Amino acid sequence: MLNVQVVSPESVSYTGKASMVVARTVEGGDIAFQPGHIPFIGILQVWSVVIVKEDGSRDSFAVHRGFVQVSDTDITILSDVSEAKDEIDVVRAERALAEAAQALSADAGDADAAYDKARAEVRIRVAAGE
Amino acid sequence: MPGGKERELRRRISSVQSTKKITRAMELIAATRVVKAMQRADAARPYSRQITSVIENLAAGGAETNHPLLRQADEVKKVGFIVMAGDRGLAGAYNTNPIRAAERQLQGHRTEGKDYALFCVGKKAAAYFAFRNYRVDYDYQGFTDNPSYEDARRIADDVAAAFINGEIDEVELIYTEFISMGTQRVSVRRFLPLEDTAVMAESGGGDAEAAASFEFEPSPDSVLEALLPRYIEARLFGALLDCAASEHANRQRAMKSATDNAEELITKLSRQMNAARQAAITTEIMEIVGGAEALDEGGDGAQAVDLEGMFAQIGAAPESATASDPTNEG
Repeated sequence: MLNVQVVSPESVSYTGKASMVVARTVEGGDIAFQPGHIPFIGILQVWSVVIVKEDGSRDSFAVHRGFVQVSDTDITILSDVSEAKDEIDVVRAERALAEAAQALSADAGDADAAYDKARAEVRIRVAAGE
Repeated sequence: MPGGKERELRRRISSVQSTKKITRAMELIAATRVVKAMQRADAARPYSRQITSVIENLAAGGAETNHPLLRQADEVKKVGFIVMAGDRGLAGAYNTNPIRAAERQLQGHRTEGKDYALFCVGKKAAAYFAFRNYRVDYDYQGFTDNPSYEDARRIADDVAAAFINGEIDEVELIYTEFISMGTQRVSVRRFLPLEDTAVMAESGGGDAEAAASFEFEPSPDSVLEALLPRYIEARLFGALLDCAASEHANRQRAMKSATDNAEELITKLSRQMNAARQAAITTEIMEIVGGAEALDEGGDGAQAVDLEGMFAQIGAAPESATASDPTNEG
């Protein structure tokens, strides 16, 4: 059993127990944590974090600029912004995605636009329940 | 004229009364806001604790970095000051305390021949320094009573950028620490360069179980490098939240004493007004009695007629009343 905490600078946005947590780190692709995982600290990509609970149900969060720390049975996700499914404004995310895509087509090297695009994409993904 | 003083006092009382209403309302608003601000400060604590805990683990894991935020200048030429005060006044000494402390620090460094850069948070800080012809390089306004993390990041970005490109060699943070509802203290701390990670971990009070050997991805060094900017943002955000709570607590106290003073003033003025009214009544009676006595010196019979005629002249109302009298008698 894992104790999961999702912590953002303004508040603890989620605490709960889970049997597995899946996240994506900057270099290593997806990584899943189960009880007994080796102590681990990693930088997260702009991507979703999926928390699989005991009964098999899932909670997912869109996480931007985050870290994960695993020690023993405690998993802490630290992130500037972490949004649960029902906190996401899909219409806004889609508009942001369109704007970012447009900015990128004008200038492929625009880092801000690429970041905005990634954020919008993960928001839409989480809102769709993936 | 005797009635004038009374009217004047009545006007002053009503003006003090409306001031009291305002200060009372501000006191109540501040009281609810300070509770909210304290809750926000509490809610923000786990994040900075966790960040410190990660840094602690990184230090234990032997992470090393030449991150520019750790750069110790050989010779400090220019010092940055982050001064946190409020946007609004009427909060007792809340604004002046950190501003004075900052000015003292700044003067101290100046006498050592160092230049300064000011990062003013809150309208009052910027106004104070601008008025005294200091150079205000950065100022941030409009959020001090309810800061968001975005605000902290904006400040952190500017400070870090100025530090990293070598414009400033050291940064001091001056803010009001919120200790309890009754106690707030101005705190002057070195903000940049950051201390060694080991020192940071120790002073931060993170979870003290750094013994476990962690696996880092991608590497301890790069995790630390990514974490440091977050760390200074979190520290600034914590300071901003402390300031917000302090500001509301100070305002509540200031407004409470203003309300009390207003009450006292109202009592004092009411007494004066009552005395003035009494004096006016006494004077009037004296005048009537004096007048009657003066008339008394004339003939007895003529006096009664004269008095009646006098009253009839004074007001139109008694005249109309006498006009209706004959019908009653008839």
